[in-house]
Amino acid sequence: MSINIPVSGQSNEIYSLRVNGQVHQVKDAWIGESLLYVLRERLGLPGSKGACEQGECGSCTVIVDSKAVCSCLVMAADAVETEILTVEGLGPDGALTDVQSAFLSEGGVQCGFCTPGFIVAVHHLLESNPSPSDDEIREALSGNICRCTGYGRILEAVRTVADQRRTNS
Amino acid sequence: MPVLIPRSVDELVDIFQEHPTAKLLAGGTDYMVEVNLHGRKPETMISLRQVKELSEWSVRSTRRSITIGAGLPYADMEHGEIARLVPALAQAARTVGSPQIRAAGTLGGNLGTCSPAGDSLPVLAALNATIHVIGPDGNRDVEFSDFMIGVKKNSLRPAEFVHSVSMPIVDGWQGYAKVGTRNAMVISTASACLVRDSDEGIVSIALGSVGPTVIRCHGAENWLMKTMSLRAGSTLDPVVAQEFGQRVAQESRPIDDHRSTAEYRRHAVGVLAQRLLLRSFS
Repeated sequence: MSINIPVSGQSNEIYSLRVNGQVHQVKDAWIGESLLYVLRERLGLPGSKGACEQGECGSCTVIVDSKAVCSCLVMAADAVETEILTVEGLGPDGALTDVQSAFLSEGGVQCGFCTPGFIVAVHHLLESNPSPSDDEIREALSGNICRCTGYGRILEAVRTVADQRRTNS
Repeated sequence: MPVLIPRSVDELVDIFQEHPTAKLLAGGTDYMVEVNLHGRKPETMISLRQVKELSEWSVRSTRRSITIGAGLPYADMEHGEIARLVPALAQAARTVGSPQIRAAGTLGGNLGTCSPAGDSLPVLAALNATIHVIGPDGNRDVEFSDFMIGVKKNSLRPAEFVHSVSMPIVDGWQGYAKVGTRNAMVISTASACLVRDSDEGIVSIALGSVGPTVIRCHGAENWLMKTMSLRAGSTLDPVVAQEFGQRVAQESRPIDDHRSTAEYRRHAVGVLAQRLLLRSFS
């Protein structure tokens, strides 16, 4: 059976999204709303940031079904029945993850706007590749733009986490 | 204004027939930009996310061809078996946007949008790919040259969709090259795919972003095949490579727009053609 999700500006139809392990109801949404918009404006999850709204800056990066994607380019009503993971869901109970701590200790955060997207992208990279080369780090982060740090300290943060995880394992 | 989510190709055929004006949504990397920034108002949408058959791919060794589902994301073409069998497609896939875009964007999306800058399209043109289309009247196969008919225009009929694409596995060299303002996250200002079948002694070259459609340069191809042998073991005179580049540039039909000028595009695509031909002999 196919499923049919009615979405309209006026109706009170509901669809649900599974975000960070919790099911959220989305009411009264317009069909054209991006996942980024719904996360921020309807579900109270403003960690993912919106800047370019066209998939170029990566500040809205989230994980959908184990893939890092730009949430601004996902139609929210099309993300039903997927597993969505946002920056808010990476650490237990709001605690910092090792990636977030390394960004702080290595100075990978300046204005901070791009940081949540980078954090999600780095978690995704290290899940699939625990010992990335510098080229692999640059490639994995090529869809995330930072205008403050010059990237050097961000790369250093990734190397630091990879080293820590190897030492601890 | 619903989002319809079929589970199978059969359901997709039925739903699309019931809603022939619905918009198909694949990776969303083109469509959502129109919604977010250009005032596009979605009405009925058909999501392809749950039609798993569209993400499959297979190799027919007897026919020496590979068939790739319209819903397979570019990320799955960058490495591994597909990259080994169709290296130019893998090279093109690696130049698409960023990892986030490549995790979402699909071959079917490139064909549905049919932008002259679509990175996979010159590869499909150079390989004489066949597009497998399904619609209310059943299946039909469309050659790539008959599929892309204008800027963002294809020859799909109402309620038809791209199921998969077949392309030959070629003995010889193939490559894709592109010019843009930087290495990552860039829409091409000029691109080219060259395939040299050293078994048959045939060359084909197709250009992106330098005309209303992807352009096959039959004039330059025929000139090169008359001028020299392209079979394995032959050698290339650099002067021939230079003239090949000039002839390819002459067959391009670029325009001035926000990304580049016609003059620069014509020059760049000639350099790309020359470079690809040299690489095919290195």
